[in-house]
Amino acid sequence: MRQPKIIVVGGGLAGLMATIRVAESGVPVDLFSIVPVKRSHSVCAQGGINAAKNQKGEGDTTAKHLDDTIYGGDFLANQPLVKRMCDDAPGIIDLLDRMGVMFNRTPEGLLDYRRFGGTLYHRTAFAGATTGQQLLYALDEQVRRHEAEGKVKKFEGYTFLSAVLDDSGVCRGITAMDLRSMEVKVFPADAVIFCTGGIGAIFGRSTNSVVCTGSAQSVLFQQGVDYANGEFIQVHPTSIPGEDKLRLMSESARGEGGRVWVPRNPKDTRAPKSIPENERFYFLEEWYPKYGNLVPRDIATRAIHRIVYQEKLGLNGQAAVYLDVSHIDRETLDRKLEGILEIYEKFCGVDPREEPMKVFPGMHYTMGGIWVNAVDQATNLPGIYAAGECEYQYHGANRLGANSLVSCIFGGGLAGPAAVKYARNLEKGTESVPSTVFDREKKRQDDKNQALLSQDGTENPMTIWRELGDIMTEHVTVTRINKNLQLADGHLQALQARYRKINLSDRTKWSNQTLNFARELENMLLLARVITLGALARNESRGAHYKPDFPDRDDANWLKTTRAKYVNGEIQLTYEPVDISLIPPRVRKYDAAK
Amino acid sequence: MAEKNVILKIKRQSSPNEPAHWEEFSLRWRPAMNIIICLRDIAENPVTRDGKKTTPISYDSNCLEEVCGSCAMVINGKVKMACSALVDHLPQPITIEPMTKFPLVRDLAVNRQFMFDSLKRVKAWIPIDGTYSLGEGPRVAPEIQEKGYPLSRCMTCGLCLEVCPQVNDNNKFVGAAIISQVRLFNMHPTGAMHARERIQALLGEGGIEECANAQNCVQACPKSIPLTESIAEVNRAAWKQSLLGWLLG
Repeated sequence: MRQPKIIVVGGGLAGLMATIRVAESGVPVDLFSIVPVKRSHSVCAQGGINAAKNQKGEGDTTAKHLDDTIYGGDFLANQPLVKRMCDDAPGIIDLLDRMGVMFNRTPEGLLDYRRFGGTLYHRTAFAGATTGQQLLYALDEQVRRHEAEGKVKKFEGYTFLSAVLDDSGVCRGITAMDLRSMEVKVFPADAVIFCTGGIGAIFGRSTNSVVCTGSAQSVLFQQGVDYANGEFIQVHPTSIPGEDKLRLMSESARGEGGRVWVPRNPKDTRAPKSIPENERFYFLEEWYPKYGNLVPRDIATRAIHRIVYQEKLGLNGQAAVYLDVSHIDRETLDRKLEGILEIYEKFCGVDPREEPMKVFPGMHYTMGGIWVNAVDQATNLPGIYAAGECEYQYHGANRLGANSLVSCIFGGGLAGPAAVKYARNLEKGTESVPSTVFDREKKRQDDKNQALLSQDGTENPMTIWRELGDIMTEHVTVTRINKNLQLADGHLQALQARYRKINLSDRTKWSNQTLNFARELENMLLLARVITLGALARNESRGAHYKPDFPDRDDANWLKTTRAKYVNGEIQLTYEPVDISLIPPRVRKYDAAK
Repeated sequence: MAEKNVILKIKRQSSPNEPAHWEEFSLRWRPAMNIIICLRDIAENPVTRDGKKTTPISYDSNCLEEVCGSCAMVINGKVKMACSALVDHLPQPITIEPMTKFPLVRDLAVNRQFMFDSLKRVKAWIPIDGTYSLGEGPRVAPEIQEKGYPLSRCMTCGLCLEVCPQVNDNNKFVGAAIISQVRLFNMHPTGAMHARERIQALLGEGGIEECANAQNCVQACPKSIPLTESIAEVNRAAWKQSLLGWLLG
């Protein structure tokens, strides 16, 4: 029998899980990553991973996890796969536990669970406040074991450039660039699984890592892979603003009892500790008595914006509110939250155990992404699969905290075997494809590099990127107004025009980070337009997508998935129905129990 | 008021085969600047302090919140993570050099593959039977978790190798981070079933015997991992194992 070959692009949680599953099936797998996989962005996830194990005797069930997820996502997610994910989540926790993740424990030696946003149950398993790091390491170790046994070959320090499509549009491999030698190379494969993560860099500053540019997703989109629900962007309510990055302050701070507040009197200049309780405005607790500080992220983010921009109650007139854990005892804080408190202390020079943290919402996550089917993570192009944050399947219009890690592992675990099955069933494998198919794709990529390296222009890629981030953050995050979205799209097109005149300040051919960044930038600009146009078209408010001119959810017209296509160099928006076969849509509100 | 500037001296090397040289940069100071922001400023306007055009600096980075382990470099003579190195805490001119214990790629970027290979050598994993459903993992006492969790925060950044006098051209010492990982896996109930194999991998060339107890590692670790404690514990296990092996012939 022919031995198929699988490629996984991206070594975060989803990519590593897919890799493990492919390796377990006995099929060789090549794993591509820009950074050593142990440095992938999944390490930034902090608070935990959801699974309805009901270990606190609260009567939690996977059905309730499903309902919280669908309701939290404002009914935009297709329900059957979300149900499977919630049903599988307890087994995923067991698996991670068997892999040796150092989850926090109860005195009985069982896993401990904390509360997270958008639920009333203790459903979130956690390893301190660095859960993503701990899970990633566990999967990284398993992949290393398969690598030692010769089943996995890693290509770290490579960036994906394009899929190789044959004349009938079937994916037969990829081209990738060695980021040291800057050589473009061809890698044949029978199926490719993309696990390329988030798109934070499109917003300039976000909670995402440097590699989260969305470049791979954009390349695939330009090659004919559809992109769904791009307009749904999660802005996390609590991050520390910074010029290079918005550093996340996990929802787990509130899960462990942290409270968000501002002084009732905006002119109050006293140190926060000396402001008495009755002069503090705990606005989330007042506005949402049932869920309090643990309302879903879109709700908390809009509340903080309202406090700062409408009520003018931001700290010292600035865009900031207090996130306060200083009333919690030190021992508990160090045991459960040390990782994030340490980040705050290092970057702000203030000990959050003593003084409230100053935070503000920051771009965090994309619910939208590569369109995949409702069965097994396959995209609309044969041989191309996607899993993790880069696809759109599990979170609807707003993701609940601690659901991302579970969706990465579930999706990756689904994609691996699906790709193997597809590859095994292929009548003719990639070895039967004429070499001209690979040669022409390689040439296209070589030409692109050559053009960038040799052209003389006036524009600096870093400058264009900064302007891209400013436009997207101002107009396409928390509050969306049609006339501004139109303006933003005009700006984006102007940036695309300026991009054609960029000048690389580095033209060398060894470890040229400027060349790689320039290539990513072109792709970011296009994906930014997909997001903006999707937002412009959707005249309603749903989950993270909020338009004051259309303040209500409009199921009659907009209970549908945006499915963007790239046709003849143009972005086209099409729509398809959402599978609501399990839970009928109902009004979403968090001021009372649902 | 005159504008405040930040002066940087950066060691440049365009490839492993080219000679190194220094370049000086003057940047506009802003509040809460870190070294990453400085390097990005240079990328946007790659001009030296004396007005000469140059290339952007190559360097490793990713998470920018000290959890991925990428951006280690030698700053004012001390190895640290660039993302959490705040300009206001550093006397100027700020000198920046690549780490010296790993092969240079370009400028400040180095290749730490040696560490990942060492993790392979010591089998730093729990050998599970498969990812199919096999029920819950073993119960773990909170005390073990509280010891293991700090060890499992190791980012493989390489700071402990950079400061270790035993890591040098004449020696293949795996370094403190790797030894500490052996301790981590050997304390886990399932991992302990294969403790001997991991200890065995630390006997012989480049293994635990190379440690000369300089104790620089524990001071350099950005995550305050008790590395010397790990070395002591693994060392005891290694002695026991090799002595037993000798007695049993």
